[in-house]
Amino acid sequence: MVSSATDVRPTRSEAPEYGVRPLVRVRDLTIRYDDEPALANVTFDIHEHEIFGIIGPAGSGKTSFLRALNRMDEFTPAMEFDGRIEFDGHDVRHMRNLYALRRRIGVVFPLPVGLPMTVYDNVALSPRLSGVRKKAELDEIVERCLTRAALWDEVKDRLHALGSLLSGGQQQRLTIARALSQEPDLLLLDEFSIAVDPVTTMRIEDVLKELRDELTIVLVTNLVQQARRLADRTAFFLMGECVEVAETEALFTGEVREQRTRDYVEGRFG
Amino acid sequence: MTSDVAPRTSPLSDLDRRDAAWYWDKLAQVLILVAGLSGIVAVIGIFVFITKEGFGFISESLIPAEFFGSIAWRPTSETRPTYGILALAAGTASVTGLAMLIAVPFSLGAAIYIGEFAEGKTREALKVLVELLAAIPSVVWGFIGMTILNPLIIDVFDVPVGLSVLNAGVILGLMAAPIMTTIAEDALKAVPDGYREAAEAMGATRWQVIFQVVLPAAKKGLVAAVLLGVGRGFGETMAVLMASGHAINLPTSPFDSVRAITATIAAELGETAHGSEHYKALFTLGILLFAVTFVINLTADIVVRGRSRKKR
Repeated sequence: MVSSATDVRPTRSEAPEYGVRPLVRVRDLTIRYDDEPALANVTFDIHEHEIFGIIGPAGSGKTSFLRALNRMDEFTPAMEFDGRIEFDGHDVRHMRNLYALRRRIGVVFPLPVGLPMTVYDNVALSPRLSGVRKKAELDEIVERCLTRAALWDEVKDRLHALGSLLSGGQQQRLTIARALSQEPDLLLLDEFSIAVDPVTTMRIEDVLKELRDELTIVLVTNLVQQARRLADRTAFFLMGECVEVAETEALFTGEVREQRTRDYVEGRFG
Repeated sequence: MTSDVAPRTSPLSDLDRRDAAWYWDKLAQVLILVAGLSGIVAVIGIFVFITKEGFGFISESLIPAEFFGSIAWRPTSETRPTYGILALAAGTASVTGLAMLIAVPFSLGAAIYIGEFAEGKTREALKVLVELLAAIPSVVWGFIGMTILNPLIIDVFDVPVGLSVLNAGVILGLMAAPIMTTIAEDALKAVPDGYREAAEAMGATRWQVIFQVVLPAAKKGLVAAVLLGVGRGFGETMAVLMASGHAINLPTSPFDSVRAITATIAAELGETAHGSEHYKALFTLGILLFAVTFVINLTADIVVRGRSRKKR
């Protein structure tokens, strides 16, 4: 873990509540699809300015958790959840403006979704939706977000080309730039690197490390080493259960209680 | 090519033998090719036929100023037959235009509702109903225009005749809307769900998602849907014949009766002598319809393609 000396971000999972401001509190979260449980009785906090990793084999409820967090259950009629998720102190299920919640949470999907519009319009879409109209202001946002996503140099000469014509890795960075244009407090990354080459993956990982100063990141990943490189704390999900949440290094140095976690990070199953 | 690896079977093995599957494959290829070409052959055939039948008129009797500039369509005049299509073209254009004014918002609205909002049984029921509507024969629509819309227009607007641009436009709009809805809904359905999710995850409202993302992404299909409607309007005969009043007239209000090009052909072709000037003139109208449809499709094609190419 690379962290600067001035970095006072608390990372210990058992850190006292004061000083650590939990951005997301999850309490007894249970998610079901048509009564088929996908995640059961999960409880943990996600602190401000941390990268919170979630690892676990396919079908362990990682993506379902993300969907519940920004209320994308709306799109899946079969999905329902019990328990409580608080975002910035508000219960996500009883918010009066769902769109405002989603604007504060950026999402990056596993497969890059370059919307069928120009690179510029992709990044300017969210500011435009929230009412930014001035060209100078939009130009500034587009350049800043593309730079943050380490894409500006590659696309600055073709901002008005279709976003869907970029390469997979570029599109994924475009998606990140788009998510950043929302100026979110929380960024959800769902296996962002499965369609991206290793070099681009490393570039994006560097971007994420820098972004930690500005926002909180939840990183769902299949690559345990990626979690180790990036995450301050990591949760291990297995078959709908949150086996444990610990400081990432502890997971990898064998200081954790659960044998199943140790087996998984060492690649003995999954 | 020589190889160190000895073949496991004799040289004349199944690697060189063409079996039944091979021949079936070739046969299927040929059949598919024939089926594919048949469309082209049919279009060329129709074009050649109507051109051949109408060409005599164009080369011998056609006076361009009269043909395009006169409203006098008097092919049966004993003394001096005239062939002015201005009124007929205006009839077709006004009816089609009004029909599109009605059908485009209705069908796009219906497609958005069915494709983006309706769920489960409502959606299925609506789809079936819309397809059922599209299958109603045009003569039935014409009948509705004559017996229901006609008295209604006379009553509501207090006009002497209810068979008019308004009547035919409404009927044609209702006729074209279901098929346009079906095509437009298919276009919306072809937009990947990932686009919608990505936009909704950004905090876009339903309307923002539809107007900023889904409709632009489905643009091509939607243009195709509208054009199909325009083509339908141009080509529709029976309903227009019945509902428009079939009177040669340059319309100045929606309550004027008009006569459409298609209706003229349908009504008059049976009464002309084969090969006569009148007969050839009607085929010239056919060439005109064919050309207009062709130009509409071609323009749309260029517009749709040109726009997407520009962005590359």
